[in-house]
Amino acid sequence: MASPQLVMYDEEFRQINIVIDKLLREANAKVIFLVDKNGQLISGVGEVERFDTTSLASLTAGNIAATGGLAKLIGEKEFSILFHEGEKDNLHISIVGGRVILVVLFDSRSSLGLVRLRVKKASDELTVIFDGLMQKAEEKEKSGTTDFPFAEITDDDIDNLFS
Amino acid sequence: MSFINYASREINCKIVYYGPGLCGKTTNLQYVYQKTAADAKGKMISLATETERTLFFDFLPLSLGEIRGFKTRFHLYTVPGQVFYDASRKLILKGVDGVVFVADSQEERYDANIESLDNLRFNLEEQGYDLDKIPFIIQYNKRDLPNAMPLEELRKDLNLTGVPDFEACAATGEGVFETLKAVAKLILVDLKKGS
Repeated sequence: MASPQLVMYDEEFRQINIVIDKLLREANAKVIFLVDKNGQLISGVGEVERFDTTSLASLTAGNIAATGGLAKLIGEKEFSILFHEGEKDNLHISIVGGRVILVVLFDSRSSLGLVRLRVKKASDELTVIFDGLMQKAEEKEKSGTTDFPFAEITDDDIDNLFS
Repeated sequence: MSFINYASREINCKIVYYGPGLCGKTTNLQYVYQKTAADAKGKMISLATETERTLFFDFLPLSLGEIRGFKTRFHLYTVPGQVFYDASRKLILKGVDGVVFVADSQEERYDANIESLDNLRFNLEEQGYDLDKIPFIIQYNKRDLPNAMPLEELRKDLNLTGVPDFEACAATGEGVFETLKAVAKLILVDLKKGS
């Protein structure tokens, strides 16, 4: 495998949600999403039900991948922050810990400066959580104590999905 | 690279449809979209040019049901087939769990198939994957056309490692779900092995 599998546990999931919930309030944002670089939605807080979160996650990752490609072409490692300005709503997209994408949607009740400031602080906290998460997953893998559900899966279970 | 979320009890996997330009990758996804119940699918996104050629990717999220209390979700992507979109193709292969190679059965697309398959292997290697080690399915599309090459000939030149392969006519849907099921199954079996 090219990169280790991303695994999320209850404990880290709670910690992450506490951080982005706080960011939502402090940045006066409408919605905040955390997306894996491969386009999988990790978590979202705020008015999430108003949006097609799956599509949003996939397009955000595509956007980061495309601008990452652009960065490499001009000799940059990556563009760590993207900002999209709309008539009413704006998107602030940033890379956290080199691996996950933090998406903040905000309108005129907030400002780019405020969002940038708060995102910076939250990013540091999220990086610590994700580093811990990676370490935990690696340790579990090494010691062979993964609570991976697939070990007990039978061929029948898989076939049943398609019946 | 699948994403296992113990908090929401979900397993997410990524399937990429690869192949030469106009071989029917988008048509495969469109058929799956049309025939899937509304509660099992999300919105299909196509980033295409004005002439409906794929520019970046198509995306279709599918929910297959539960395995041992875990929801299984598959994210289907296509790549742009045209040769000059190679930079975009590489990006879409990132984090892939399984690949479907859609071959165009028409005789005049023979070289394009070979070139695209080589390109797939090369681009995967660049991302650190070995095509022979990841879940991989071949679909021979456009079997209904009069200029389609004999199956055995295609198989001989495209399916060198004997992976599961299917004949299809994506426009009418023939072979589309067989292909999807086969790759999804390979991915799940692969995950099981990985444990």
